[in-house]
Amino acid sequence: MSNTVISTKNLDLTFQTADSPVHALSDINLDIEKGEFVSLIGPSGCGKTTLLRVIADLEQPTGGEISVNGMTPEQARLARAYGYVFQAAALYPWRTIEQNIALPLEVMGISKAEQKKRIEQNLALVDLTGFEKKHPWQLSGGMQQRASIARALAVEPDMLLMDEPFGALDEIVRDHLNEQLNKLWHRTQKTVVFVTHSIPEAVYLSTKIVVMSPRPGKIYDIIDCDLGDERPLEIRESAKFLKIAHRVREGLKAGHAYD
Amino acid sequence: MIKDRALPVLTVVALIIAIWYAGAALLNLQFEYDQAERIGKQVSLSEALPKTMAQERPVLPAPHQVAVEIWQTTAEKSITSKRSLVYHAWITLSATMLGFVFGTVLGIILAVGIIHSRVLDKSLMPWIITSQTIPILAIAPMIIVVLNSIGITGLVPKATISTYLSFFPVAVGMVKGLGSPDAINMDLMRTFNASRAQVFWKLRWPTAVPYLFTSMKIAIAASLVGAIVGELPTGAVAGLGARLLAGSYYGQTVQIWSALIVAAILAGSLVAIVGLVGAWLNRRMGMREA
Ligand SMILES: Nc1ncnc2c1ncn2[C@@H]1O[C@H](COP(=O)(O)OP(=O)(O)OP(=O)(O)O)[C@@H](O)[C@H]1O
Ligand SMILES: [Mg+2]
Repeated sequence: MSNTVISTKNLDLTFQTADSPVHALSDINLDIEKGEFVSLIGPSGCGKTTLLRVIADLEQPTGGEISVNGMTPEQARLARAYGYVFQAAALYPWRTIEQNIALPLEVMGISKAEQKKRIEQNLALVDLTGFEKKHPWQLSGGMQQRASIARALAVEPDMLLMDEPFGALDEIVRDHLNEQLNKLWHRTQKTVVFVTHSIPEAVYLSTKIVVMSPRPGKIYDIIDCDLGDERPLEIRESAKFLKIAHRVREGLKAGHAYD
Repeated sequence: MIKDRALPVLTVVALIIAIWYAGAALLNLQFEYDQAERIGKQVSLSEALPKTMAQERPVLPAPHQVAVEIWQTTAEKSITSKRSLVYHAWITLSATMLGFVFGTVLGIILAVGIIHSRVLDKSLMPWIITSQTIPILAIAPMIIVVLNSIGITGLVPKATISTYLSFFPVAVGMVKGLGSPDAINMDLMRTFNASRAQVFWKLRWPTAVPYLFTSMKIAIAASLVGAIVGELPTGAVAGLGARLLAGSYYGQTVQIWSALIVAAILAGSLVAIVGLVGAWLNRRMGMREA
């Protein structure tokens, strides 16, 4: 039995829009192993979000094959195989932070006692202990995004799908969250698919970097990133790190020049 | 906040009263001239003007005449008296409230159906809109007569007309409100594999609450209009509509205007109460003040 959790073959997706069809994904072949941390990087509009949404069964491919945990994406979604972190925090304003984290747990019919335990655990994990009773608008953007990560983690999925979760945050907060995410991944051995625009972020976090190019959205390069499991922030100054970052940058440049 | 608002509101009220006085003088003046002519006398403007403010059946009664009438028919009458405006207002208010509650519930039920079923959306929406293009004055008598003929009298026929007018804004508002969650919030529920019922109670309903209260403000005012209109065709003996009708039979303009003003005050208060409840609920839900 293989350890492949996500596998796509000649995956294709064309959006039918009012004016002209948009070829968002073209011939995507990608295998993601259990416990891998895979980053999708590429210029705006190259289909990163679309690919993540196809994996999450939020978008239907128009061609090719995809399996998630050996099932169709729909079956995987129905089995609650993943936690999804959107680009915006998407917290419900009428719910407090703890109620927001309880939302998926309520939907799943998890007992109140267990809910309480998971809320406590995951808020501690994202450094938000003490903010249980606050409403989202009383928190900064970074705190809101952390709460939304805690919400995805509370489901205790084996797989995390994250769409530019730190895109709107300042450098310092971002560094801090990157470090925490690396620790979390290292400790829990979850499979993570992570969309980002930042080369250092991708190299720092990933075991595998998928460089994509636009029009139509396709995979330009897949780069292995074997920097070990536990990564202090200083690793970003190491020669190996810079070498990988360089290759990613070259890939992005070439992808741009491609059309 | 209240202080900031009070000044503009009071200014407008003062302006309206001033225009009202001017209008009363203008409209009632002719009567004084005619009166003088009949007995063969000349009357100057300065003589006639004060009299325009104190006619028994003026074309347009002066504000203080209406105020005095309202005072006499509310504070100075027992509220069980047939001459008490409080009594009449209560009769109309009870039909209004009954119709409003039914209308709101009906509107919500229709909206829930429309949101969840394309078939209902396609089949119901045109009828809902058509229902409101028919003048209420045309169907009110029919509703009253039909209901009376099957033995339903009193409160219910009037409330039916209130319901007819008030379900519409609620249905339209709630279709909008229940359909207004952001795509990202709907996607989130989808990733949780939430059922339709869960999406409804945990996302659609809370999102729609502000829309509900906005449309309920319109609905409660429409309900009051419906109840008053419902009192007209049967020549009802009680209610603000009955007072309007009786007033116009006997040319009692002061009585008509008193009933109108009381109806307006009632409508304003009802709308304000709905607004306050909505604001309170909004705060309780922890939403930021808009
Ligand atoms: N629902 C949709 N309907 C039509 N076109 C869409 C839809 N969603 C995305 N697209 C198009 O598909 C292409 C890929 O979009 P996608 O959001 O996946 O890009 P992205 O790589 O995530 O970009 P960004 O970095 O800006 O988030 C774009 O050209 C976009 O306009
Ligand atoms: Mg995107």
